[in-house]
Amino acid sequence: MSTQEETLFDASEITVSMGPQHPSTHGVLQVKLKLDGERVIDAECVIGYLHRGVEKLGEAQTYGQFVPTLDRMDYIAAVSNCLGYCETIEKLLGIQAPPRAQYIRVIMTELNRITSHLLWLGTHALDIGAMTVFLYAFREREEILKIFENYCGARLTTHMFRIGGTQYEIYDGFQDQVRAFIRDFPKHVDEYETLLTENRIWIGRTRGVGVISAKDAVDIGLTGPSLRGSGLEWDLRKAKPYAIYSDFEFDIPTGETGDTYDRYMVRIEEMRQSARIVGQAVEKIPDGPIMAKLSKIIKPPVGDIYHSIEAPKGELGYYIVSDGSTQAYRARVRPPSFVNLKALRQMVRGHMVADVVAIIGTLDIVLGEIDR
Amino acid sequence: MNFLIDYILIPLIKIALLLAIVPGYVAIITLAERKVIAWMQVRLGPMRVGPWGILQMVADPLKLLIKEDIVPVRADRWIFTLAPVICLIPAFIVLAVIPFGPTINIFGKPVNLYITDLNIGVLYVLSISSVGVLGIILGGWASNSKYPLLGALRSAAQMVSYEVALGFSIIGVLMLSGTLSLVSIVEAQKTSNVWYVFLQPVGFILFFVCGVAETNRAPFDLPEAESELVAGFHTEYSGFRFSLFFLAEYANMLTVAAMAVTLFWGGWLRPFPNVSALAFLDLIPGVVWFVAKVVVFLYFYLWFRASWPRYRYDQLMKLGWQFMLPISIANVIVTAILVVLLNKG
Repeated sequence: MSTQEETLFDASEITVSMGPQHPSTHGVLQVKLKLDGERVIDAECVIGYLHRGVEKLGEAQTYGQFVPTLDRMDYIAAVSNCLGYCETIEKLLGIQAPPRAQYIRVIMTELNRITSHLLWLGTHALDIGAMTVFLYAFREREEILKIFENYCGARLTTHMFRIGGTQYEIYDGFQDQVRAFIRDFPKHVDEYETLLTENRIWIGRTRGVGVISAKDAVDIGLTGPSLRGSGLEWDLRKAKPYAIYSDFEFDIPTGETGDTYDRYMVRIEEMRQSARIVGQAVEKIPDGPIMAKLSKIIKPPVGDIYHSIEAPKGELGYYIVSDGSTQAYRARVRPPSFVNLKALRQMVRGHMVADVVAIIGTLDIVLGEIDR
Repeated sequence: MNFLIDYILIPLIKIALLLAIVPGYVAIITLAERKVIAWMQVRLGPMRVGPWGILQMVADPLKLLIKEDIVPVRADRWIFTLAPVICLIPAFIVLAVIPFGPTINIFGKPVNLYITDLNIGVLYVLSISSVGVLGIILGGWASNSKYPLLGALRSAAQMVSYEVALGFSIIGVLMLSGTLSLVSIVEAQKTSNVWYVFLQPVGFILFFVCGVAETNRAPFDLPEAESELVAGFHTEYSGFRFSLFFLAEYANMLTVAAMAVTLFWGGWLRPFPNVSALAFLDLIPGVVWFVAKVVVFLYFYLWFRASWPRYRYDQLMKLGWQFMLPISIANVIVTAILVVLLNKG
């Protein structure tokens, strides 16, 4: 009894283990917090609770078989995972998906970006105590998941694209459904904003919390909205256009101070921009085939390739080494969440316990992607 | 014989009624909370247990009662057991002085719709409700676990600091009515022709905000902030012990709402109590007016919860000490000056 009391009440520092079964660590992240009262002195992330050996599986499966496995990485943004990988292999093979498939890909990927940001918004707000936003966000997310379900039968782990194009044609009424969603969606974003953007408590909880300067962000390797919140206009869709993003008009929102509020505003605006891209794409889907001419057995030439896309959470890169066989010699993923999580330690120092959950939320991590 | 009826039988019946009504009210408000918040959040709420889920209010407590009672091995067993009780008892006995309605006649016998009318009623409410925080601190302490300890420390600091502003926010009313008895305060609002909320709007807002903070409800629900502290001071509690904390929290909500109504919104009085053109409103008994007003304030509680994010600990303290307290003191001073000036003139 005496030892326990000493550690709890006599010491000025206590170590609290947040997670892996904590309601707001977004999965199975464990953060060991060293606290002085409520103030965080240091934090250490323990990951690996969800490790499934995805990269190793990529070496044991053929190129085509590996795609559905990737859906289980960032399960919130399965479509992006799929797009990144398919494009990587296409680049390795030296082929391109036909235009019709490209348009379908962009529509789906951007819709998926919206679902990912909606889920982030809901859980982030829930962590800070605003529970209603969560359900509003899920209402719209449901509409997109219905589109996914109609298209490919799955809602979350979609396996939407194939190497060389897409497997499925769009269904009847697809365009109308997407148009209807895009028409209503900006109003709903305004609705979320009325609940949060000018709310004093929300501003108090997010302004100046988890500040990271642009230089530190680059040094750590932050990408995605977390980087843009610090004021750097770096979006792979513009910086290194892939797919057919150069065909569309959209803006890259950026923040100024790099605090949690800026990252919130960046993601909110990104949802609007994604809707804008989808709106442009859905109007000019060209006719034509949806699969490139490709042999049944995919055997890329010997070589290696790195290709990255702008996933909702940041730069999602694939590094594939091919030895000319049907399986990759080495498959390596650069997951945005994993790299972004590195910023956590620097961001939480000196803040309070309540800010830790806000900062975990603002980094928008998915443990499936971190542990792989 | 009359002595027996007046001083033993009738008070006992009233106490028994109150003890029966409060858990019933808690059952109803938990369902109402789930339903109201669900409607605000474009969902249905409980729908499975009974029609529209109304039997959920039976199912919820039943579930808590039949749950396994877990006491952590390293917990301080006695205090751990005692803490919920310490929390609950003040929450109940504080209701003894709340005037639910005027004196009514039952079988020709005048019956007061309150258990007692203390001449220091307001002080009684303030002091007894402060005891509740002891239960929370002891509960968090005795759990011998880190999250409950943090939660308990938070709520201790929170409740103590908001109690100060809460006390000051009431003083304006006391100066206007010149009494500490809750019944007399309501009657004073009748003789003065106006509910005190119109004379003390700042006092009322301060009182209600501090009241929400006192009861640890959103947006001041830091002690049990689930996203940070799992469940705060009652993390280690389960089953019936947990339900005692729960009961106490909702009983405290009732107290704050009832106090707000009594002090500022005319208690059992109908709107415009002395305007004879509205005399037909007297057909509705005073107790119904009282309950209706209390329901409005309980609804505010739920509304707050659905709308606002949660304050951070240091922001909460800042709000309490740097904002609420100075304003409440200023309110006291201004009221005092006005009372003196107007009475002389």
